[in-house]
Amino acid sequence: MDLTYTEEEQDFRARLRAWLAKVLPELPARPSPDDWPGRRAYDLGWQRRLYEAGYAGLHWPVDAGGRGATPTQHLIFLEETERAGAPYVGANFVGLLHAGPTIAAEGTAQQRARWLPPVLRGDEVWCQGFSEPDAGSDLASLRTRAVRDGDDYVISGSKIWTSHAEVADWCELLVRTDPGAPKHRGISWLALPMDAPGVSVRPLRTLAGSAEFAQVFLDEVRVPVANRVGAENDGWRVTMVTLSFERGTAFVGEVVACRRTLGELARTAKANGRWDDPVLRRRLGRLYGEFGALWRLTQWNVSEAERSAGGVPGIGGSVFKLAYSHARQELYDTAAEVLGARSLSLEEEWTLDRLSSLSYTIAAGTSQIQRNIVAERILGLPKGR
Amino acid sequence: MDFQPTEEQEDLRAGVRDLLAGRYGREALRASVDTGVTVDRALWRELGDAGFFALRLPESEGGVGLGLPEAVLVFEEAGRALVPGPLVATHLAAGVVPGAAAGTAVVSAFDLGGPLVAHLAEADAVLGASGVPAGEPVRSVDPLTPLHRVAVAGDATAYRETGALLTAALQVGSALRTVELAVRYAGEREQFGQPIGAFQAVKHLCARMLVRAEVARTAVYAAAVTGDAGEAAAAKLLADGAAVRGARDCLQVHGGMGFTWEADVHLHLKRAWVRAEQWRTVAQAEELLARELVDSEEGAGRLG
Ligand SMILES: Cc1cc2nc3c(=O)[nH]c(=O)nc-3n(C[C@H](O)[C@H](O)[C@H](O)COP(=O)(O)OP(=O)(O)OC[C@H]3O[C@@H](n4cnc5c(N)ncnc54)[C@H](O)[C@@H]3O)c2cc1C
Repeated sequence: MDLTYTEEEQDFRARLRAWLAKVLPELPARPSPDDWPGRRAYDLGWQRRLYEAGYAGLHWPVDAGGRGATPTQHLIFLEETERAGAPYVGANFVGLLHAGPTIAAEGTAQQRARWLPPVLRGDEVWCQGFSEPDAGSDLASLRTRAVRDGDDYVISGSKIWTSHAEVADWCELLVRTDPGAPKHRGISWLALPMDAPGVSVRPLRTLAGSAEFAQVFLDEVRVPVANRVGAENDGWRVTMVTLSFERGTAFVGEVVACRRTLGELARTAKANGRWDDPVLRRRLGRLYGEFGALWRLTQWNVSEAERSAGGVPGIGGSVFKLAYSHARQELYDTAAEVLGARSLSLEEEWTLDRLSSLSYTIAAGTSQIQRNIVAERILGLPKGR
Repeated sequence: MDFQPTEEQEDLRAGVRDLLAGRYGREALRASVDTGVTVDRALWRELGDAGFFALRLPESEGGVGLGLPEAVLVFEEAGRALVPGPLVATHLAAGVVPGAAAGTAVVSAFDLGGPLVAHLAEADAVLGASGVPAGEPVRSVDPLTPLHRVAVAGDATAYRETGALLTAALQVGSALRTVELAVRYAGEREQFGQPIGAFQAVKHLCARMLVRAEVARTAVYAAAVTGDAGEAAAAKLLADGAAVRGARDCLQVHGGMGFTWEADVHLHLKRAWVRAEQWRTVAQAEELLARELVDSEEGAGRLG
């Protein structure tokens, strides 16, 4: 058990830190949260900077255009960029963390050559079309149909909660290609161009007031069969590859940010007298301890991934996500206690963060679903019905 | 960075687990409950021979010369087996009280923050006091942790941080053990024509237990590696929660059986309650962390 970083890792950290200190002051101002084209341009601009400096796709395999960095280097990258206040991965989330790694793992040489470089260069944005109005937690019951017609699939159906759909060029789309097969066996994974005729996007307003996600309607959309990644009807397995990437390191930067937020909260409480309330003070102390432990759990999971072949994150990610999503909500509820009535103002950055924290126990698999995974796949309890 | 146990550390852990499985299995545990013999001197010496108490004593002083990371792995195993007796205090006394390192002396401590001392009658020495003070027996909630009320005040502050961390390791072992007990029972006990473990309400209790135990375990390991006071406080706080709530949830999974003297669950719960009062309580840990937080640069001081 060792928490010190090797010389090579420290070197990597120092170089990254120096580079961040140089480029961050040159960045343009962040666009407002409602300015979607502006946000897309900003996020892609940051991706291009990373690309030019050799930091794009750090954790991707070298033969997919990545840097083949170790999980620890990737961890350092996420930690340092967050610490320095660098832009969040933003609109590039699905491309970099989901679709890209999935295509790298499962795609043909042609598919890799077509789709991976634009993600790394910051030319194209991906979104994730998994959930449907009637298929959320029970994702495998999805109904969007793809019927073979010559060299094309003809697709009809609808996807929902699709983050960044408005500004995406591509969608990793799950479709049903064999309605007769058992539900997990008739699904395929396709790359859908978002500008194809028959695709329409209806923004959905979130409880935070913004249009983070959308409903996507697919009306006889033609997609070449060549856009299918993995074998026909093998999409569920491909999807599991995708999901393991999603839960692996998605929250590293956020844990760092939460600790900074706690520090700010403590200072605010000192200033406004709330710190004298022992109940509140103890709650903040506890959260500080919890986020410290969550950071250590991240290092634990990364070390474990580094020891296991392939570096694919294990299901330990579910343990982390469960603990983290609840701690994050507790953090912002505590922030509201520190701020009092100020927390009712949407002008407070905290308030928007508090609202967005409500999605953490839902998105990327609800807490109930994560508990099922932990109980059945880690603890080996019998499958329920 | 390689935050995983080394092969030697895994071997050490496995060795202690084997020793305790052979020497202090379920029958031995129940026998000590029945006989009221809470410190088995022979076992104490065997633990001493295995290096349990002298683990962190330098080799030059006849110790094993290992560090806190190894100690927490070993204490986790003792917590899992629910070995009774002042394990932490005797370990801390190695090199200070003659015989502690070898396990020929039993050493308790003023670690309960009040006038109560555990295992006073069996103790050859008490950390934080000179000699063994006189005391009045008090009926203890934990059948395997006898308590005495003493008139004199003792002070074991010097040992507090390490004591809290090793106690946290015991709590983690107990928490992980109660997950196992719950999962096993949930797989065997049938109601409505199926194992109760297939019911989601039961499954989710078990999953919550595991999450709490795993987060606490990582916190304990990290604190052992860094030796940081704040991390040790966080470790104790999280481990107390994992052990106490874990034992309660395990009891719930066992239904009426869980409320019986027969099931081992209550022994884990009662011991977890005792340990939660030892060295550093949740409230004290939270206050310490709050002070650290407000003094920290930006609340990110210990990252890296
Ligand atoms: C901010 C945000 C962004 C998202 N982005 C995307 C995206 O980009 N692409 C995408 O495809 N999806 C996205 N999602 C969708 C997300 O994955 C789903 O919302 C989630 O999986 C839950 O599905 P559902 O909303 O249909 O809820 P439901 O499945 O209807 O669940 C409703 C409630 O029932 C519970 N429940 C359901 N089944 C069970 C069960 N078996 N046992 C116990 N309880 C159960 C759930 O835990 C929940 O409490 C996003 C969601 C959010 C909130």
